[in-house]
Amino acid sequence: MAKILMKGNEAIGEGAIRAGCKYFFGYPITPQSELPHYLAKRLPEVGGVYLQAESEIGSINMVYGAAGAGARVMTSSSGPGISLMQEGISYLAGAELPCVIVNIVRGGPGLGNIAPAQSDYWQATRGGGHGDYQLIVLAPDSVQEIIDLINKAFDLADNYRIPVMLLGDGVLGQMMEPVIIEDQYETKAPKEKKWASTGRMGRGSKNLVTSLHIVPEDLEKHNIKLAAKHEEISRSEQIWEEYNTKDARLILVAYGTTARVCKAVVDMFREEGMPVGLLRPVTLWPFPSQILNSLADQADNFLAVEMSMGQMIDDVRLAVNGKKPIHFYGRSGGMLPVARDIYQEAQKLLMEE
Amino acid sequence: MLEAILIAGFGGQGVLSTGQLLAEAGMVEGKHVSWIPSYGPEMRGGTANCGVTISDNPISSPVVTEPTTLIVMNRPSLEKFEKTVKKDGIIFINSSLIDIKATRKDVRVYYIPANEIAENIGNGKIANNVILGALIELTRVVTPGAVEKSLREVLPPHRHKMIPINLKALEAGAELVK
Repeated sequence: MAKILMKGNEAIGEGAIRAGCKYFFGYPITPQSELPHYLAKRLPEVGGVYLQAESEIGSINMVYGAAGAGARVMTSSSGPGISLMQEGISYLAGAELPCVIVNIVRGGPGLGNIAPAQSDYWQATRGGGHGDYQLIVLAPDSVQEIIDLINKAFDLADNYRIPVMLLGDGVLGQMMEPVIIEDQYETKAPKEKKWASTGRMGRGSKNLVTSLHIVPEDLEKHNIKLAAKHEEISRSEQIWEEYNTKDARLILVAYGTTARVCKAVVDMFREEGMPVGLLRPVTLWPFPSQILNSLADQADNFLAVEMSMGQMIDDVRLAVNGKKPIHFYGRSGGMLPVARDIYQEAQKLLMEE
Repeated sequence: MLEAILIAGFGGQGVLSTGQLLAEAGMVEGKHVSWIPSYGPEMRGGTANCGVTISDNPISSPVVTEPTTLIVMNRPSLEKFEKTVKKDGIIFINSSLIDIKATRKDVRVYYIPANEIAENIGNGKIANNVILGALIELTRVVTPGAVEKSLREVLPPHRHKMIPINLKALEAGAELVK
């Protein structure tokens, strides 16, 4: 397989097709419009359906329909569009429907701007819509990892019957990098969906896809079932990358594009012989708390670095659970943290010791 | 080796595709590469730019905030980006369209009448590759062979008949700074 140069947004589209996604419903918004653009051309070539809906609300409810019929389906948007989708996402979670939702995050709140940001972390990792639910949230940091994680996203969605969100930022969506793409991704999820509403087909009972449980006793039972599923995912699906953490006394915690910049910061310190490392969460939910908690036995300090005013830091605090001090450095509004500035912030912490 | 190259000009001058050609050539040579466009709320006829990073090591941020090399195809781009270039860096100025001089004294500056040279070769649209040729000659960031190979990837098949004239432009640029 040859390396090709590909844009992040296009890689999401191509990766989804190779993962067997046949349906896409969406509505354009910068900085992710290259993704629907790409799929508008590609999906018909593989016998799939691309449809630009009348709005994000329309898109997400079309996703509900296709997912309910057992199809591999995806939608994508950015900040404001994802906010519009929240009602539908809650319904999808309630009805336990597998699907992949892409959020290429831009600056907010409100109309904000179209520059890269990570300020939708809370919305993504706390469910986002109403009710007691979680999404699995994956955060790639390169175009190659986009390809690898989009496969995983569809498998996780099918295996757990849960919506999965791929959370990127404007930089990841817009940048081009060399990638290697497998011709066809071999799914690790069962292909048959016995619960899907595909017609009775001789079965004794009909399949019903719904998020409505009108009797409180029934809904509580449903909530307990969902909670057990979330618990299992939490236990089994945490993914992270450790970068020079082995003997690190100061550990940076960052994901996505910010993590790439932090790796350069770690390299700067290591060249000077300073014990600095990086923990990069790849799953934002479930957050890799186990590893972070054990690293807290060894490190003196943690520095959360984000393109927001401080959101992921909440999960770092929960994971470290008071064992060690946690500090924050962030840029927002579409500004990207620069390695030199993070370095200076980290150096202050090393001096304090 | 890490080269962070910013290419800026008017929309339509081919600055994005020139950057893509350079990134593709870096990839062909087995280097780590990234390419990122400006995607602000630009308007037709406004400015466009892209950042290309070519490195022996994995690339941390693809966003080029302090270029080691800057190519400016029009005057607004020179005025906007001159101050961002790293000390001892290089600025290539398209002197066919830019009638002012650079003010920096701590960088190397090359004035290249790219449009005139391109038109003498036979097509004004290849002006950017005249400058790219000069850049490659001076920085050796990629080999001319890799660029030739990459032209086949970047240009759609029905434009492959343009490859010889593009190569001529690259050679003319290289000659200027030899």
